[in-house]
Order: sequence, then structure tokens, then C-alpha cells
Amino acid sequence: MCGIVGLFLKDKSLEPQLGALLSSMLVTMTDRGPDSAGIAIYGDGDGDKAKITVQSASPKKDFAGLETELMRALDSYLSIEVKSTHAVITLPRNRLDDGRAAIAELRPDVRIMSSGDAIEIYKETGLPKDVVSRFSVTAMAGTHGIGHTRMATESAVTTLGAHPFSTGSDQCLVHNGSLSNHNNLRRELKHQGMTFETENDSEVAAAYLTAEMAKGKNLGEALESAVDDLDGFFTFVVGTKSGFGVVRDAIACKPAVMAETDRYVAFGSEYRALVSLPGIEAARVWEPEPATVYFWER
Amino acid sequence: MPTFDLAVTPLRDLNQTLHDIVQGDNDLQFEVVNPRGHHAVAAGVHAPVSIDIRGSVGYYCGGMNDEAVITVHGSAGPGVGENMVSGRITVKGDASQYAGATGCGGLLVIEGNASSRCGISMKGIDIVVRGNIGHMSAFMAQAGNLVVLGDAGEALGDSLYEARIFVRGKVQSLGADCIEKEMRSEHIELLGRLLEKAGITDARPEEFSRYGSARKLYSFHVDNADAY
Repeated sequence: MCGIVGLFLKDKSLEPQLGALLSSMLVTMTDRGPDSAGIAIYGDGDGDKAKITVQSASPKKDFAGLETELMRALDSYLSIEVKSTHAVITLPRNRLDDGRAAIAELRPDVRIMSSGDAIEIYKETGLPKDVVSRFSVTAMAGTHGIGHTRMATESAVTTLGAHPFSTGSDQCLVHNGSLSNHNNLRRELKHQGMTFETENDSEVAAAYLTAEMAKGKNLGEALESAVDDLDGFFTFVVGTKSGFGVVRDAIACKPAVMAETDRYVAFGSEYRALVSLPGIEAARVWEPEPATVYFWER
Repeated sequence: MPTFDLAVTPLRDLNQTLHDIVQGDNDLQFEVVNPRGHHAVAAGVHAPVSIDIRGSVGYYCGGMNDEAVITVHGSAGPGVGENMVSGRITVKGDASQYAGATGCGGLLVIEGNASSRCGISMKGIDIVVRGNIGHMSAFMAQAGNLVVLGDAGEALGDSLYEARIFVRGKVQSLGADCIEKEMRSEHIELLGRLLEKAGITDARPEEFSRYGSARKLYSFHVDNADAY
């Protein structure tokens, strides 16, 4: 089944509440997917800094001394904030690729969840309420974010099988549905140089969009292509550094509700995910049309 | 009039109260506030009561309804009135997917738009939609009437059996074995009665087109294989 939520803020005064609003939406969707949960939050990009979010199955061992070792390897100042099984490494933007390479070399067991100027991703197996509390998501501020509660169908219940999937800088995707041509697409994308960490169909969708955007398309155009090239059932909610998009397949059997006010655009698999948002009673609420791209950019 | 506030009262209490109603009970009018998208609000009611729901509901509101008159003063999620037997459900706002699916009887009125698969597999229910309906509506519908004052999406009436479809606006495309049919006097009369029952006074039956089954796909015949 799976539950998806998304919130794109237009009103700056709501930004301190982003984590709290998104967490409440996510927890409401628990009974659509109690296997695992994940959330991507876009904070304000900080000048010339970038962030890498990493995850470890043995955080005590892996994160101990990592800051010093990374600074030595990169010969550059950086900082690490550990949150449960995840850690956010903030480093100079021009050292982002070197940072990813250094992490892979220093800690081969650590998984990179996301990297970019603004994005942080937290995901784990377990109930959404536990996942949001162990990462203190409710206290996070930001401009937009997406979340997912997973009922596993196409691959195993693991941390890596949880959503969101991030396959490009500041990009991420959550998916409700199941793709039928993901093996073929994965092969084609591998030929184009993409790498995959899981057997998950949703990771293929994320990588597909990354590859399309690498050809120069914007998120909206990449989503248009997805309607033609991806086969199966899907409702996708995707984020980029400055954008927020929604698309459903032509059959559109996976549920979706959207709401828009002067202050935000919100997405939920079900209306009840949206009921606690400020001013929802007066919002324009609608069901996104099949094979139609919805896309906002700040 | 008993009022249930779903912000504080569990949904099960509401539905159990409605299910426990027996002939001779005095409370026949109920109000539900703060439905907040809850699923299965007033599902399985089997008594001639009237229920006003103040706000939007989630999945399967009024499912299996038998005799009750239910009004949703908001929008409804997927499957409103699914498998309805009798009575009436009115949705003041929009309805999501498969409104009135498999309904055997009764009247479902949607004052806004209905989404995809409206009236899928309907088996005798009457559905009146003031706005538009989405794709694959009345798929495999077997009996009853679907009336649409607005437009219909793709593949209307795909693999239709004997249900009648009346559309006032545009039809994006017809599904397999669904064809436009002549509006005869008995259809004008029938549609007039349905519009009146639904409380619609600003549309005339003559403005509608009728669609129904070409009856080629009832049983498999190899000459029709391309039509599936």
C-alpha cells in the first residue's frame, strides 16, 4: 500500500514548523505502511557549504573519529552531527565529491543517504512515530520535504529499501506503487553510468529522473518523460533543491490528494494526512489527474 | 439529535450505535462532526436514519448502506457508497475513486466532481454527478443508471453490461463495447425522474446523450477478439 506525504512551503513564516507538520502527516499514514519510514527535508542552503547524510548499522563504531579522519583526508574543515544511526557531515561545497569518495574509503560499511546543498534524508525500518522521534524530525526547519511510510512489496524490509531514494545531488523521490519494467530500466541506466545500491524498483525511478535531469531537463520535463518510459503503477512525489513535483501513472489507482493555499502546497496519499495543516478548511483540495505532471518551484 | 465528535469519540462507537438501531428507536437523526478524513464513517448502516457528516471523510463512507439517508457536507475519499443496497448518500463536495462501486440499489448524488472508476461494476444503484467524472467510469457496470451533468473521462463504460449512462457534457472516449444510443421517450422519462430525485432543477433530460452496451462482448466470440 504505502503512504506518501509532501509539503512545499510558500510562506517563510511556516519554515520553522516544517519538520513538525511533515512528521504529523507521516505518522497519520502509519497504517498504510508500518514496515519503515523515511523523510527528506530541504533546509536553507548555507552559502558555500554542502551536506552529506550517512547511515550506519553500527553508528558507535563507524562515527567515532570520523570527523578527524575526514578532515585529515580532505585537508579541510568540516563538522559532523550524529543523530542516532545517521550523521550529517557539513563540508565546503567544492569538496562534496571528494567527501563522498573519502567516506567510501574510510568507512566502506557506511551508506550515503543523500548529498547536496540543502537535503537531509533520515530513514529506518520501524514505525513512522519511532523513526521521526529518533531523528528529532519535529524540531527541524526547512523549505520543503517529503516522507514515506512503506509496506514492502517489491524488495526486502531494510533500511536501504526504505524511501526516500536519492540518486542525485539534492534530488529525492518517494513512490507508492510497483513498477513492472524496473529490471530493464536498471540495465539501461547502468549502461549510462548510474550505480544502484538496492534491487528496489523505486530506486530505479529515482535514478531515471536523475539521468533525465542530467540531460538538461528540469524536474517537470523529467516527470513528463517518466509517464512514457515507466511501466506499472506509481504515484511519485519528488523533491529537488528548489522544486517539488507530483505525477501519477495513466491508470492512477494509487490514491493521491493535494491541497494548495497561499502558504503551502501539500500532498497526501489520503486526505486525513492533510487535516492538521493550518488553513486546510479553506484550501483548494483536489485529486491529481492521471499522467499529469504537477510541479512547483521557488 | 445525537452528535458524535470524531475528534474525541472513537469511530467504532459511532458505527456501533448506528448498527444497534432497531425498529421503534426514537433517535433517527444523527450528526457527525470533525470526521477529519476518517475511513468507513457510517458504513454498514441498516436502518432508516438520517446522518449529517460535517466535513470530509476518507475511504468507504456509507459503504453497504441500507435505508439510511447520509449527507457528507464536505468531500469523500475512495469508495463512497461502495456496495450500497438502498437509501441515499449525498456528497456536497467531490468524491474520489470508485464512488458507488458495485452498488446494488439506492441513490448516490455527488454535487461536485467524481474521480476515476465512478460506478465501476454497479449492479442497480443510481448515481447522479453534477460535475465531471474521471476515466474508466462504469467499467463492467451491470445494472442501474449513471447520470453525469458534466464531462466524462477516458474509456467510459468499458465492457459494459446493461447499465445506462447519461452524459450531458463531453465524453473523452468510450471503452470497449460501449456505444452511444438513441434517447427514446422512455429514457427521457427515466432521466427526468432521476434528476428530480437528485434535486436537480437546472438540467433538462433532452440535453443528455445516452450510452450503453453494444452487447458484443457478453460471451467470447473470436471475431470480436480485437474489441477487448
